[in-house]
Amino acid sequence: MSRIAFPELLKARPWLLADGATGTNYFMMGLTSGDAPEMWNFDHPERVRDLHKRFIAAGADIILTNSFGGNRYRLKLHDLQDRVADVNIAAAKNARAEADAVDRPVIVAGSVGPTGEIFQPVGAFSHADGVAAFEEQAHALKQGGADVIWIETMSGKEELEAAVEGASKCGLPIVTTMSFDTNGCTMMGITPAKFGEMATHLAVIPAAIGANCGTGAAELIATVLGITEARPDAVVVAKGNCGIPQYQDGHIHYSGTPELMADYARIAIDSGARIIGGCCGTSPDHLAAMRVALEAHTKGARPQIAEVEARLGTVSDLAKGNAPKPRDRDRDRRR
Amino acid sequence: MSDAGDLDLNTLNDEELTQQVHDDLYDGLKEEVEAAVHILLGRGWTPYKVLTEALVEGMRIVGIDFRDGILFVPEVLLAANSMKAGMLILKPLLAETGAPRVGKMVIGTVKGDIHDIGKNLVGMMMEGAGFEVIDLGINNPVENYLAAIEEHQPDILGMSALLTTTMPYMKVVIDTLKEKGVRDDYVVLVGGAPLNEEFAKAIGADSYCRDAAVAVETAKSYMARKHNQLNA
Repeated sequence: MSRIAFPELLKARPWLLADGATGTNYFMMGLTSGDAPEMWNFDHPERVRDLHKRFIAAGADIILTNSFGGNRYRLKLHDLQDRVADVNIAAAKNARAEADAVDRPVIVAGSVGPTGEIFQPVGAFSHADGVAAFEEQAHALKQGGADVIWIETMSGKEELEAAVEGASKCGLPIVTTMSFDTNGCTMMGITPAKFGEMATHLAVIPAAIGANCGTGAAELIATVLGITEARPDAVVVAKGNCGIPQYQDGHIHYSGTPELMADYARIAIDSGARIIGGCCGTSPDHLAAMRVALEAHTKGARPQIAEVEARLGTVSDLAKGNAPKPRDRDRDRRR
Repeated sequence: MSDAGDLDLNTLNDEELTQQVHDDLYDGLKEEVEAAVHILLGRGWTPYKVLTEALVEGMRIVGIDFRDGILFVPEVLLAANSMKAGMLILKPLLAETGAPRVGKMVIGTVKGDIHDIGKNLVGMMMEGAGFEVIDLGINNPVENYLAAIEEHQPDILGMSALLTTTMPYMKVVIDTLKEKGVRDDYVVLVGGAPLNEEFAKAIGADSYCRDAAVAVETAKSYMARKHNQLNA
């Protein structure tokens, strides 16, 4: 199949299905905790390609490369900081090979995760170092055959800015999602609405923005509602976890069933998302159920939170938009 | 304190100045906190009183608002940095005066897990509450925990994991403590994004701490219980 540009495919289709989890599926395939999944691009390319292949067979229109921790600061934890180019080129090539093997367009999205550093002014990490690291990774992903740079699981404004600026230098379209996992906000305190607004002031305007990971499908839909309300013009991504992780007989199991994820996909569409996928715990089986659901679904009315809760599970008070009042302090004493 | 409109901390009475330290911690104003600590010491406050009434109480308020979703990680990091600056002044004085010890904690991210932001936050908030914290860093096999509790004899052992694939390792550590017959010598607190209360119970930890503020409150309540038992 000849390659189609991501913006063209977006224009041609009402919705696109992104893939499911990478890390949690690799663990089912033999990855040991503590090992860098990115090394599988060289050590077990057949497994990396196999997961891509299964997601494509399940109906994915977009597959994310195995490069989430592929920036020099994450790779440094495995003493691989000098292999950024190798890792990302190999990751993109593995995905490209499977995308090109089917007779329908499949977009290769170059996954870019956070550095794990805390940016200035709160931390010590500089904007320039961030930009350089993200630029390095994005270039390699492009070189390996990525169609779009997919910046995900971001939590801070400063890192998001650096990531988009760095990634923009490779010239590919950019998608960026944040993880809203703390009281309806990101860990660094950004609300979905604030993210929507911030995304209009980045180095380039992203082709799509949205939410990934977080704390379960219901809560993710609540954050998607926040983003689509603030930015009705934006292409919005919903890539939520497959329910909640539970501990059973010594193993972690995600609570989401294929039926739940199918319903999550329908509600995501009704909430205004146009790119739907799964994050942690989402297997190819879950994704196949989501594809079937999306094919059969006609976009319905924007759901109320009560309906989201009834169908997918509880949403935290703060994610419902019931923000707590700031502390009432007597500010007359100073300044 | 360079702006012309700045408040002169020296003009405040003790109560006002204590309030001001709480506010300055809340706002992450390091220099102001340092200045106030010096002033309070200069007025004859014991280092322990400055620690508990000005710094620890200020951080307690920060912790409450972090727990309630009013403050987030950036504000808490700035507050903790200011607290640390104040502590730096007090630390040698506290040692000299033989002030009571709040408690000691060994903390680390478990084997296979390289995430540390949450763990660092707990460490800082625990220091903010006056605890002595020994931070083992990331990716700790059970041997590291054993060696550290042997060396430091903490009251509390804290374990952190961000991954669903690494959190079961906490059970390995707890089971090893049981085997060695020392499990009950320590309060074991666990935390991390994918954990919950049921998990903590299932692996035999004392408590699950949803966030850094809860960790501090939980640690304090265990220390109070321990104190009461010793004095019973």
